[in-house]
Parts: sequence; C-alpha cells; structure tokens
Amino acid sequence: MSKRWMQTLACGMAALFAAAPAFAADTIKLGVAGAHSGELASYGTPSLNAAILVAEEFNAKGGIMGKQVEIVAQDDQCKAEIATAAATKLISDGVAAVMGHICSGPCKATLPLYTNAKMISMSPSATTPSLTQSGQNPTFFRTIANDNDSAVVGAKFIVEALKLDKIAILHDNSEYGRGYAEKAREELEKSGKATVVLFEAVTPGATDYSSAVRKVSQAKAGALMWGGYYPEAAKILSNMYSAGVEIPMVGPDGLKDMGFVQLAGEDAEGVYASGPTDTSANPLSVYYARKHQEKFGTAPGAFFDNGVAASIALLNAVNVAQSTDSDKIMAALRSSEVDTPIGRIKFDDKGDAIGVGMSIYKIEGGQYKEVFKN
Amino acid sequence: MEFDFQYFLGIFFSGLTRGSIYALIALGYTMVYGIIGLINFAHGEIYMLGAFTALIVAGILGGLGLPWWGILVIASLVAMVWCSAYGYTVEKVAYKPLRGASRLAPLISAIGMSTFLQNYVQLAQTSNSVPFPRLIPRRFEFLQDMGNFMAPGDFIMLMTSLLIMVALALFIRYTKMGKAMRATAQNRKMAMLLGIDADRIISLTFIIGSALAALGGTLIAARTGQVGFAIGFLAGMKAFTAAVLGGIGSIPGAMLGGLVLGLAEGFTAGYFSSDYEDVLAFALLVLILIFRPAGLLGKAAIQKV
Repeated sequence: MSKRWMQTLACGMAALFAAAPAFAADTIKLGVAGAHSGELASYGTPSLNAAILVAEEFNAKGGIMGKQVEIVAQDDQCKAEIATAAATKLISDGVAAVMGHICSGPCKATLPLYTNAKMISMSPSATTPSLTQSGQNPTFFRTIANDNDSAVVGAKFIVEALKLDKIAILHDNSEYGRGYAEKAREELEKSGKATVVLFEAVTPGATDYSSAVRKVSQAKAGALMWGGYYPEAAKILSNMYSAGVEIPMVGPDGLKDMGFVQLAGEDAEGVYASGPTDTSANPLSVYYARKHQEKFGTAPGAFFDNGVAASIALLNAVNVAQSTDSDKIMAALRSSEVDTPIGRIKFDDKGDAIGVGMSIYKIEGGQYKEVFKN
Repeated sequence: MEFDFQYFLGIFFSGLTRGSIYALIALGYTMVYGIIGLINFAHGEIYMLGAFTALIVAGILGGLGLPWWGILVIASLVAMVWCSAYGYTVEKVAYKPLRGASRLAPLISAIGMSTFLQNYVQLAQTSNSVPFPRLIPRRFEFLQDMGNFMAPGDFIMLMTSLLIMVALALFIRYTKMGKAMRATAQNRKMAMLLGIDADRIISLTFIIGSALAALGGTLIAARTGQVGFAIGFLAGMKAFTAAVLGGIGSIPGAMLGGLVLGLAEGFTAGYFSSDYEDVLAFALLVLILIFRPAGLLGKAAIQKV
C-alpha cells in the first residue's frame, strides 16, 4: 500500500516538475503589477505602458534567450488587499520577475509573499525608505530615489547653497513627513555647519498654524524645513507671511506638484522642493516618450521613465544572466550597469538604484526650476 | 530665558483668535443641544459648506472690482443665508422625524448626515484642497504700529466673532424670540402649553447655529487661503470639545469653552511644543470634567426639573 502511494507521489512530483519548464519554454514572462484602474490608475497605467513598449523593443531584437517577452499585467488598484491576490496570481503564473507594485502600501503587503517565493519585484515608484533599508526584502528593488534621499539633498542644499546655520523643522507626524524631517535633522547635524533650532510636529488639517509660525520666528531660524504634504505647506506659508515671517521653506517631493503652485499661488514663489533630477533631455527618455505617443496617442504620465527603467533593468538582467533563476538575475542587477531613461543605473546591496539623482527645485513664476543637483 | 512680552502677546492673540472661532462653531452645538438634547454632528459640515459657498460667491464677485472688504462681507452674508437653509433642511429631513425616538436614533442620523454632506461636496465639488482668494490684506498699518503681534486675518476674525457673540447674547436675553428659545430649552412641553411654537423655535435654533458656523468657515477660509471637503471634521471636533468644556447647553459656556481651549492650545504650542498641543488641550478637558462634570458654566443652563 505504502509503496503504491509513494509511486503515485513520485509520478505526481515528476509531472509537476515537468510542467514548469515546459510552461516557461514558450515565452519569458514579465509580471506588471500596479494600479491600472480606480482612483490611482494615473499612477500605475504609465508603468504598464512602459513595460509593453520595452517588451516590444526587446522582442523586435529577437527576444531574450531566443524567446519572446510576454507581459502579464495584474491590477492592484493601489490597495493592499487586492495586491496580495495579484502577487499570488503572478507567482503561480511563473513570471520571471515582477515590475511593481506602484504604491508603497501594496509593496509592503506583497513583499513577504515575493520574498518567500524568491520572486524579484522592482517598483518604479514606491519611495518608503524601509522597503529597501530594512534589509528584510532581499528580492525587492526600485528605480526611484527613496524619501531619505529627498531629505539628504534638502539638508545639503541648505548648508552648501543657502549657507544657513539655524534651521527650524516642522512635520505633520505622518510616516512620510516625519521620516523626511528626522532624516533632514540627522543630515544637518552631521554636517556640523547647521543647528536645528526647532523640531516639532503640527496637526494636519488644523485651522491655524500661527503659534508654530511665531515659534519659528522666535527661534530666529534662517529657513523652515517642512516634512509633509502640500496643503499644510500652503497654510503654513500663509500664516508665515501674515505674521511677517519671511524665510525660505524647503520641502520634500510632496511639494513638487503643480497642485501646490495652484493652491498656494503667490505664496509658493521662492519655495524649494526636492524631486528626481530632470531627465527629460535624456535620449532614451525622449525616445520612449515618442514611442508612447505613437502607440497610445498621449504623452506619458507619472513614473513612466521609472517604469521604462525598471522594465529595461529587469529584462537586461535576465538577458545577462541568460536564466530566469532569481539568484542569477539578482546578481546581474547588482553587477551590470544599464542605460535607462533615468540614467546609467545598477543596484546596491539593499536594492536601491545607484545613479538616480535628486535635485532641488525652486518655484519661480509658477514653474519649478532646477537649482541644485546632488 | 528672559520673558519676551512681544512673543507672549503674539501667542496670546493667536490662541484667542483660534478660540474665538471654536466658540463661534461651538455655539451651534450648544444651542441645539440646549433645545432638543441632540449632538448635531453634521454641524462641522455646515462650517465646511459655508467656506465652499463663500468661495463660489467670492469667485463670482472677484471680477466686479469691489474692494476686498465688500467681497468678504457679501460672501459671508450669502454663505450664512445659504447655510441657514442647509441647517433648516437637515433638521427637517434628519432630526424632526425622529423627535419621538430614543436619543440614540437622531445621533446616528446626525453622523449619517455628516458623512452624506462630506461625500456630497467631495463628489459635487472636488476632493482636492482648493485655493480661497486672498481677501484679507497681509498688512494693516495700525497693527504694524502696535507691534505686529496680530495678523490682519486674526484681527478681523477676533473682532467679528466677539461682535457676533455679544449680539447673540443680547438677542437671547432681550428679544421675544430669545425668550421663547430659553423657555423651550427649559421645558419644551410647558413652553408649548404657553403657546410657543416649538417647531419654529427649533428651526430658528438650527438657522442661527448654521449661520454662525458658515461665518466661521468663511473667515477661516479667507485667512488660511484654502478649503477642502474634509475641513469640517477637525474644526467640528474641536468646537464640540469647546462646547462640552464650557458646559454643553450653555451659551456663555460655549464662548468661554472656546476661548479656554484656544488659549490652552496656543500656549502649549508656544511655550511647550506643538506635538503636545492636542494632548494638553484634551487633558485639560478631562481635568475640568472631573472637577466640574457639567462643564465650566454647565450648571446655570441645565435647569431641567
């Protein structure tokens, strides 16, 4: 009895193992996960389009290892609960790697699944530092600078370009804002050239920040660093200028949004915000933007260049490794540099891209102007 | 550290201004509670609607070349009238049919109304924060001369709300309608037996409360320069706290509660840390309620025998 059972099991196992290579033989599958519908579709769809265009490019050159690249898209609507289902589906579909997810929340939720399955995932847009910095997700990569970089360049800009030595920092106590503020404080103190004279949280959504503003002025700060989103920044600026406190504000990439300029109007003039270095003049960026226009009839949207970069980096790594084995692909990602629309990149041990730049932008005449490059 | 009087004044007036807005909104909570014993959770939403109405009016008037104070006055008045209608309708739709029901039913209805109004504005207007035209100048020369411890927006807000509060107190005290309101608050059945139309008085209460909230919304929006569909929540919560602090049901209590809460927040932020602004404000609430469970001035108004 037990012998027959063993035989059946062996047969079953053999069939299972046989199925996998046969499955992968036809195409190289690249999973693409992100918000392709729903409220945040405008964040995710450009990356899906990017993957389609890059796959076409590789296929036109004969594919990888003689096989065509196939895109397997999974919509997660930027919702963690849908994202885990999408990730499970992609893992069982046997994709070589996943380009995604788009939002930080779904990334966090799906990483344990990918880590367990030894599945490589690469986000073009999730900026939460801990995703890579925690070191718990060895198969996670990203082609965007993380929020820490935003604070690093902000602090550097204040010390080196503005040459100010007394800085006040306010934040909104969110993960994003507090993270920026704490990293900025650390960097300012590390520089030895500036002191943080005030470090406080304010309540987001409050009607009034004039007490905090008076405190900033009392501390004789030369600049205010704001860790948070732009609606509160606009309110603080309004309170500042009403109270006659005219010092520059330096903020994270949350302030690099035309919504901020519209909301704060004249108050936004002269505000500094960090953001990814402008790469729109990069030949690859220009090339893929044209391709997008031809195929989809519109200009590309948010994170498109990062999406193209992630797709290129992943497919290139499969090509270099000449294998869909995740260890070999990861080794290739870390060792071989590749040209992308966001520059020539490879990845560090934690999974952050080396070669992605951060800049400081100044708002002048309602436009963002790059004034400082890290 | 030496005592900086200038800074103290700045913090004091900033807290006072904040408190006067809390008081303005708290009046609506306390009046409604005094008359029908209901916590009108949709009140914060009326405040938000006031800000949006004023935004639309200011947008229309913007091109006519009126002076800034003209636009501000007209926008405030239109917002007050429009939101009174909202308050009146909310009462008729959501609370009146439940007047005989248990106390919980209208409370839940109020929470539902609040959610409905918020989502309605989100859908009909926008889910983003939108800029409010800068109606109030950034500088008043006489304030600068006095030492610039108060921004023009704060000055206008403080003066307006103090004026309105005095007017309301006089109205309640000396007019026939005010007397009828007090009578209804004390004992609705008895008031009705004496020929007071309680339904009309209740409607009037909602109208006045909503108008005050709309005025608060307009002034705050003009000062901070933006409005959004969710601004009513936090403002409503703080005003509700102020009403409880002062003794819910009591009109002078709401005014005092608002000012105490605003000053407590202002001084905490100014001399301690903004991190603890809410913590200390609510710790104060707990403390006061331990020693005076009916609130600071609660006893005077709760005379239900």
